[in-house]
Amino acid sequence: MKARPAASIEVSRLRKQFGAQGVLAIEEASLSIAPGEFVSVLGPSGCGKSTLLRCIAGLEVPSSGSVTVNGAPVDGPPERLGMVFQRDALLDWRNVADNLMLPIDFRHGDRAAAQSRAAALLALTGLKGFENAYPAQLSGGMRQRVAICRALVDDPVLLLMDEPFGALDALTRDQMNVELQKMWLAEHKTVVFVTHSISEAIFLGDRVVVFTPRPGRIADVIQVELPRPRRLAVRGSERFNGYASHIRTLFEGMGLLKEEA
Amino acid sequence: MRGNLTAAGVLVALFLLWEAAVRAFHVKPIVLPPPSAIFVEFFSAPVWYLRHAWYTLLMTVGGFALAVVVGVALAVLIVESRLLEKSIYALIVGLNSVPKVAVAPLFVIWLGTDAEPKIAIAFLIAVFAIVIDAVLGLKSVPPDILDLARSMRGGRLATLWRIRFPCALPSLFAGMKVAIGLALVGAIVGEFVSSQRGLGYVILSAQGMFDTARVFAAILVLAVMGVALFWLIALLERLAIPWHASQKEHVSTH
Repeated sequence: MKARPAASIEVSRLRKQFGAQGVLAIEEASLSIAPGEFVSVLGPSGCGKSTLLRCIAGLEVPSSGSVTVNGAPVDGPPERLGMVFQRDALLDWRNVADNLMLPIDFRHGDRAAAQSRAAALLALTGLKGFENAYPAQLSGGMRQRVAICRALVDDPVLLLMDEPFGALDALTRDQMNVELQKMWLAEHKTVVFVTHSISEAIFLGDRVVVFTPRPGRIADVIQVELPRPRRLAVRGSERFNGYASHIRTLFEGMGLLKEEA
Repeated sequence: MRGNLTAAGVLVALFLLWEAAVRAFHVKPIVLPPPSAIFVEFFSAPVWYLRHAWYTLLMTVGGFALAVVVGVALAVLIVESRLLEKSIYALIVGLNSVPKVAVAPLFVIWLGTDAEPKIAIAFLIAVFAIVIDAVLGLKSVPPDILDLARSMRGGRLATLWRIRFPCALPSLFAGMKVAIGLALVGAIVGEFVSSQRGLGYVILSAQGMFDTARVFAAILVLAVMGVALFWLIALLERLAIPWHASQKEHVSTH
């Protein structure tokens, strides 16, 4: 699998308000993401972290400020973008193999040329042999694996993930974290990973961007200095817990975590 | 399969009960003929009945096909344009409550006494179910999937074709199952209003001669036709959307 170069992202003084009098989702956010970096965006529900992701994806237009991908201003979804949503967004009427071909179909690409990469991705995620299964026949974890393969099959320069494991049970979630890290280590795509799980954010990210509650601002950016590949056991390490307690302190300061009622 | 057998059994039992009751209470054949007399009437001229049934079938299928084509086209316009949704869709929902049978005589004035008014009435009665269910289906795409299509730079047409249409199929088939029955009603109404052919004409002319057995024979043929058309749509549904939850038992599991 030969990958194309990963994208850089530049978010500067981004502000997003829905409607003139509407909800202020992001008050102001600036962020530089280097090519090949894995950035976790962490925050409470409804803090605007998904809005940030959607602005990078070109699905929302910022009220002010700017977003560029590889130096080009985002005015619609950039080319070679892979996206994964909380619900897998698989097409019920396509089997696994055909679901993977959706990005190829949308750009009228050559399905045959994409077959070997599709097969490799399915093998990597343990889905080999399920090519002809329909989404309704798969478990939640398998469905989300298919969704990730679909996001990667067209060799994107940028992978945007919006709480992709939020709907999975804890065990499956751990497993998916390990697999996602493995896939990222293989190709080092630029990844923006939105989550509300502190341990998931630290485990996966090169950096963790912590959001405040709405109106969203970036409260802190934490560089995670844990060697890769990280094993699940790293979550018990002193350094990992140092990051986690730092983030918890931030959330306590925002009034999100209270020991006493 | 077992369900079909049970239904057939209940039907046979009902016919036997009907036959027994008519004989036991000496009901006049002009009021209610026994099933045996109805079958005798049908088999006295099966080709004649089938020829009229064929005509009614053509009117029904013609009206239904037109309703599907026009209904789906309207639904696409309604879903793709906010303006049309506010104007046409509101109008269609409103018009749906007008008794369409009442306008049938108008079609005779406008279109004459040939096939056209029958197809037009069948179309008019059937089209609402198609439009309403197709709009529902085209709008049933989860927002995540629409975002996904946009993130893949899918245009409006591509999204319509690859996402909205397949997503709408279950709902569209539900509408078609209702519409095929309604189209049959429309065809019969059209034949009632003015016709020299079709089962509607057979019923009306037999009623004029108080030939109750013939009325019943025609109704029986109509009933068989209605059930067969419904089954045909259900069969098409199974072939077209094997992936859908309502069809899941038909999906191979390997």
